[in-house]
Amino acid sequence: MYRMRRWVVRHSNVFEMIYRRFEPLLVKLDPVWRRLGHERVEAPVKVVEKAVKGALFDCQMCGQCILSSTGMSCPMNCPKSLRNGPCGGVRANGHCEVKPDMMCVWVDAWEGSRRMKHGDRIDAVQLPVDYRLTGTSAWLREVRQQNGSSSSTDNSETTK
Amino acid sequence: MKFDDEPVPGYSLPILPGHVSPGRLERVLRAGKFAITSEIDPPDSADPAEVLKRAAIFDGYVDAINATDGSGANCHMSSVSVCSLLTRVGYATILQISCRDRNRIAIQGEILGGAAMGACNLLCLTGDGVQAGDHPQAKPVFDLDSMSLLEIARRMRDEQRFDSGRRIEMPPRIFLGAAENPFVPPLDWRPHRLAKKVAAGAQFIQTQYCFDIERLREFMLKVNDLGLLEGPDRVFILPGIGPLASARSARWIRENVPGVHIPDAVISRLEGAENQKEEGKRLCMDLLHEIRDIPGVSGAHIMAYRQERSVAEIIEATGVLDGRVPWYPGRDDPKALNPESPEAVPL
Repeated sequence: MYRMRRWVVRHSNVFEMIYRRFEPLLVKLDPVWRRLGHERVEAPVKVVEKAVKGALFDCQMCGQCILSSTGMSCPMNCPKSLRNGPCGGVRANGHCEVKPDMMCVWVDAWEGSRRMKHGDRIDAVQLPVDYRLTGTSAWLREVRQQNGSSSSTDNSETTK
Repeated sequence: MKFDDEPVPGYSLPILPGHVSPGRLERVLRAGKFAITSEIDPPDSADPAEVLKRAAIFDGYVDAINATDGSGANCHMSSVSVCSLLTRVGYATILQISCRDRNRIAIQGEILGGAAMGACNLLCLTGDGVQAGDHPQAKPVFDLDSMSLLEIARRMRDEQRFDSGRRIEMPPRIFLGAAENPFVPPLDWRPHRLAKKVAAGAQFIQTQYCFDIERLREFMLKVNDLGLLEGPDRVFILPGIGPLASARSARWIRENVPGVHIPDAVISRLEGAENQKEEGKRLCMDLLHEIRDIPGVSGAHIMAYRQERSVAEIIEATGVLDGRVPWYPGRDDPKALNPESPEAVPL
């Protein structure tokens, strides 16, 4: 949903606010996740997360979401999977070198980040993707990280 | 320029305080000289003589030679092997690693191997997409991006650790570089993106072809405002330039080579000339003059694809080296000449 994700970027400040409220809620519900067992809730949460984030951001379920650091433009839609900014091949009209019909994910990210309160997070260097997390829930992972209960695969740095 | 602590010219130099590599390029830049780099288009051949022949063209004019890594996503001899052949006879090389073709396991191995073979400089690149080259059906890897590659290379050098955390016995002594393209969108973010690269470990920058001096000036002003050109962790910026062969080829490059911005004024200047090839060279010389006068610029990277011989001419005509003759095999001892140099006497 190319049009949807571009609309989201144009309203990145709203989504930043939604995320700011949604995240503590998820974390607060941790006792519930724990009682049910993180392994057991992983599957249903994943389904919901994929549906919501897929529709809004064209989420690719990398499992280590950094949307709040990328102006709400998902970097995994970049054909080069760049997580730290645009490559040098961006076309004069701001479109992608590899997919000429698509606006560069990072041109959008820059626009989006400028509408956000914490848009300067885009300047932080992101570590490479941990491919073991592909397809897993970034939400539950965030809950585990904030509560300090790390699982064996939670070892890379992300923001949301 | 000859360094007084250089017992055997061309061999690795002692690492000075505040330096990270035993290489000549870092020495020249930190000494405040206007540095010149150029690049070899690696051959479609397994013949080592071909590599040496291509390097000899630059003898006496460049401080370091880039060996491109599958540039334009086309298949050629690998960068690390070109560097290895060149360092054997003493050339200063810039090993290029692009993230397109290898994952982090292969890349870290290559950094160690390249450093072991005497490559003192590493240029960390994302790489052109596979669609641009002769193997569009290939799998694009992009396990890392240029930024995480820089960060990993810096940690390998400074913390003696692989990305996994495993210890490296002898770290690679490498001067770290990255590319930047100040000429394409998002223009106002480009200086910040450079700051991010510096934070990740970049110590020198080679830019994409510059044909728009105003954009470069604005970029340099902002880079300076961000404080990136001062202090021990400063970055050295070498804008890229090159001669255009004709107005037709300029148009072709503009349309087909990702990321090259050529203003209309440049194309009309070439079109209006009687000898377009000569005019292309003159344009390049003019740009070099102007670039040298931009505050904060530390040198230039000359990319003269299929016109490599014009590099010497451009440098001679502009006098940017100020009479300095960068070291090359045979400069101080004719017996040590690159065996493929036209001046070499057969043994």
